Amino acid sequence: MYSASDLRKGLKVQIDGEPYIITEFEFSKPGKGQALYRTKMRNMITGNQFTQTYRSNDKFEKPDLEERTMQFLYSQDNEYHFMDTTSYEQIFLTREQLGDNVNFLVDNMEVQVLFFDNRPIDVSLPIFVNLVVTRADPWVKGDTSGTDTKPVTVETGYQLQVPPFINEGEKIQIDTRTGEYITRVKE
Amino acid sequence: MATSVTLQRRSVLLQAVRSFFLSRRYLEVDTPVLLPLLIPESQIVPFCCEGRFLQTSPELCMKHLLARGCPRLFQLCHCFRRGESGRYHLPEFTMLEWYHAGWSYLELMAEVEELVRTLAGNPDDFPGLDRQGNLVREQRTVALHRPWSRMTVDAAFLEFAGIPAREALADGRFDEILVTEVEPNLGWEQPLFLYDYPVTLGSLARPKKDDPSLAERFELYICGIELGNGFSELVDPEEQRRRFEREIAMMTGRERQVVMPERFLASLAAMPETAGIALGFDRLLMLFSGAGTISEVVPLAAEEL
Repeated sequence: MYSASDLRKGLKVQIDGEPYIITEFEFSKPGKGQALYRTKMRNMITGNQFTQTYRSNDKFEKPDLEERTMQFLYSQDNEYHFMDTTSYEQIFLTREQLGDNVNFLVDNMEVQVLFFDNRPIDVSLPIFVNLVVTRADPWVKGDTSGTDTKPVTVETGYQLQVPPFINEGEKIQIDTRTGEYITRVKE
Repeated sequence: MATSVTLQRRSVLLQAVRSFFLSRRYLEVDTPVLLPLLIPESQIVPFCCEGRFLQTSPELCMKHLLARGCPRLFQLCHCFRRGESGRYHLPEFTMLEWYHAGWSYLELMAEVEELVRTLAGNPDDFPGLDRQGNLVREQRTVALHRPWSRMTVDAAFLEFAGIPAREALADGRFDEILVTEVEPNLGWEQPLFLYDYPVTLGSLARPKKDDPSLAERFELYICGIELGNGFSELVDPEEQRRRFEREIAMMTGRERQVVMPERFLASLAAMPETAGIALGFDRLLMLFSGAGTISEVVPLAAEEL
């Protein structure tokens, strides 16, 4: 159990059977008054945020969270299948659970899957991934439109802006936190 | 960790506080910090140490001295409160506490104004002050010239939360509304005294003569931050005993043994009418230094050792 005085930014607690992460935290105590622990939390399954003030005698369960290294195998319909690289156990997450992460998943990629009560709830990707450009308009020399980027599509279907010299079939590095182009990868 | 310039500022402000009180013929005292018993306060948790306590405030000791005939006392000392840790809280912090016999909270408010004005008199020493000696924080200027704003607790609750203070208290929401809806608005144009608290929130304060449901207690706010807590002291031992009994009743089930401070109650009978205040020295230095947290203005944090 955690007590209110353990609360801090980044701590994960369980409320009404669901895991929450504290995203903002402030300790307050009016003169001669009671200690108040003001928090903003995010539900780690639904992503919903809420603010709540707790008092000294409030208690919180520790959520049963575990992170496991898994390999992305394939997607079928709405399901994204992963395999534990040590136990070979297979699980899947839905497209909704993965959110923007689906833009950067390619076969055999190693990711960290977060389990809550032995159910997969979230995936964290490597910060940088290398993806093949599958569609890019050729760069027209002498283009004076003034733009210094152009749109391309990568193997996952994700579209982003890149410098004009990137060609179809080349590999580029993308920052998965922002979804932005970093550099061209030479192999 | 504090840089040498922060240490310098801290030293300047400590000296300026001492000069202010010594020039007004206050006596500086340094009372014990390791105490066999504390004033029963249900909302404050002490550190226990081999059957004794580290002081949570110097109030008990200083009132003993007032009862012995010392009419004007001040003290700069460390206080210790378990579990208090945040932007404006540390479990060990420096308190400036002073008492003036013969005064009520009204005269004391005026002296607080003069103290802070005087301390801000050398603005070049402090990056949180502008050339005129006014406080600057979050791109806003807080004018320190007198008189400062004054607002009753009830008026503040009505204005900022739309609920009378009594009602908030009855609902058990007083502290929460104060912290989330009232305090953030206080003391941005000028410092502000919030005053006349419900009597149950001033365990050591004298009730108002014309309305005994209120205590002659005030808090000082600057930029939404609470800096000090003062009152006309309660000097009636019987009334004080009844209030301590209520506090002790709220503390049953705690791990520590709470005893009635009998000698303190006995000495209270000899104490003259007095006004007293505790002011957070680190918070004042934080404002003067333009710092975001009090950890930035203490000489060393426990974590650095």
